[in-house]
Amino acid sequence: MTETPDLASPAARPARIEWRAATVADVIVETPHAKTLVLNVPGWPGHAAGQHVDVRLTSEDGYQAQRSYSIASEPTRATLSITIERLDDGEVSPYLTDALGIGDKLELRGPIGGYFVWDPTLVGPLFLVAGGSGIVPLMAMLRTRAAASPVSRAAAPATLLYSSRGWEDVIYREEFAGLASDPGVRVIHTLTRSQPPGWTGFSRRIDADMLTEVAPPASTHPHIYVCGPTPLVESVAQTFVELGYEPSRVKTERFGPTGP
Amino acid sequence: MADEPIISRGFRGRRAPTTRESRIPPGQYEERGFPVLSAGPTPHTPLAKWDFKLRGVDGATVTWTWDEFNALPHETVTRDIHCVTKWSKLDTVWDGVSVDTLIAEAAKQGVATAPFIVAFSDGGYTTNLPLEDVTGGKAWVAFSYDGKPLHPEHGGPARLLVPHLYFWKSAKWVRGIQFTAHNEPGFWEVNGYHDRGDPWREQRYTGDP
Repeated sequence: MTETPDLASPAARPARIEWRAATVADVIVETPHAKTLVLNVPGWPGHAAGQHVDVRLTSEDGYQAQRSYSIASEPTRATLSITIERLDDGEVSPYLTDALGIGDKLELRGPIGGYFVWDPTLVGPLFLVAGGSGIVPLMAMLRTRAAASPVSRAAAPATLLYSSRGWEDVIYREEFAGLASDPGVRVIHTLTRSQPPGWTGFSRRIDADMLTEVAPPASTHPHIYVCGPTPLVESVAQTFVELGYEPSRVKTERFGPTGP
Repeated sequence: MADEPIISRGFRGRRAPTTRESRIPPGQYEERGFPVLSAGPTPHTPLAKWDFKLRGVDGATVTWTWDEFNALPHETVTRDIHCVTKWSKLDTVWDGVSVDTLIAEAAKQGVATAPFIVAFSDGGYTTNLPLEDVTGGKAWVAFSYDGKPLHPEHGGPARLLVPHLYFWKSAKWVRGIQFTAHNEPGFWEVNGYHDRGDPWREQRYTGDP
């Protein structure tokens, strides 16, 4: 792997990300299709907003399945949260959302990923675009920002543009009102399939006009994170490039919490 | 850490059929679709501006235009592919130029190999590989998938194809290969992922055996 002799000594070799036993401390019903598992993970080494964990399930006959899930919680919280969208034909997500209850255990390892991450030392506007359960790693960023110092918060005004099918599909719906009480946070929803009576917000897929209207100008060099289904991410990332944003500032993630 | 796996009562899982199960590495599942994973926007380089370079340690370089590249001997290969995000896809069909062919052509023009390579791509992506992982019929620069031109989302116009390693090593939008005397970790390799990435040894992340 490496030819550098120093790294051959155990002390210098990077530590393996070990499997850990996690215990379900709480289950939060977010939408008809998504639940949050709040986990106690003894020895958890900490993480950055945007990182994910691998979850491993073992059946009684020894068969194992693994999936990756984005971390939803901020690093300063004592528990670790993952939010899982139930995919009806999935192998793992129906078990996690239907079968697990408080006190049950599962195995996970992490944190994983060093690119799609944000922390409060990154000065500059933060622009987050989520589609569906792609909100999860972006919510970790907003929660991390909310837990940061007033100086850090002021240095990183944040805008979230969140595309959902309908109001009942909006994950973390109640929490957004609290987050948006900070004048440095704007939360903008678009509901693409159905809208509640009296809805005055966006009701179409994210397009160039919408991004132009809500995104910080390219001249402010925002940090942009896009997470959601592939067609949304492809389209939004492409539109940012066409609008003159620096491609290297547009970080995308297409898998996150939605593995089948 | 968990020494003994925790049994998830009532979890049955979904094994692949026995005939295919032996082809799915540990921790992977069989995917019938073709998921897309990229760290940023998809580059769209016009073919008129596309070229492919092989560059030696000393800077000596051979460059092929799109037409020249397509005129090189190429072959159709059917391989299983394995993404570190857990999906594997069996019997994928690609058309491309073997890296062995590129190296042989480059040698005629004075470009020598070295013990390691860094593949580089439009958009700034890089990935590192030992020479032995891309020679001996193990790697291609593929420009066609399933009989059709490679779609940009999947790395078109051309991507590296190194199917025996996790698929992040098969760099999308590849534009060239730099030979290096030493191992120089690439984009994911400095962002928490394993240096080599053998799916059968489950070398997913930094520190995995």
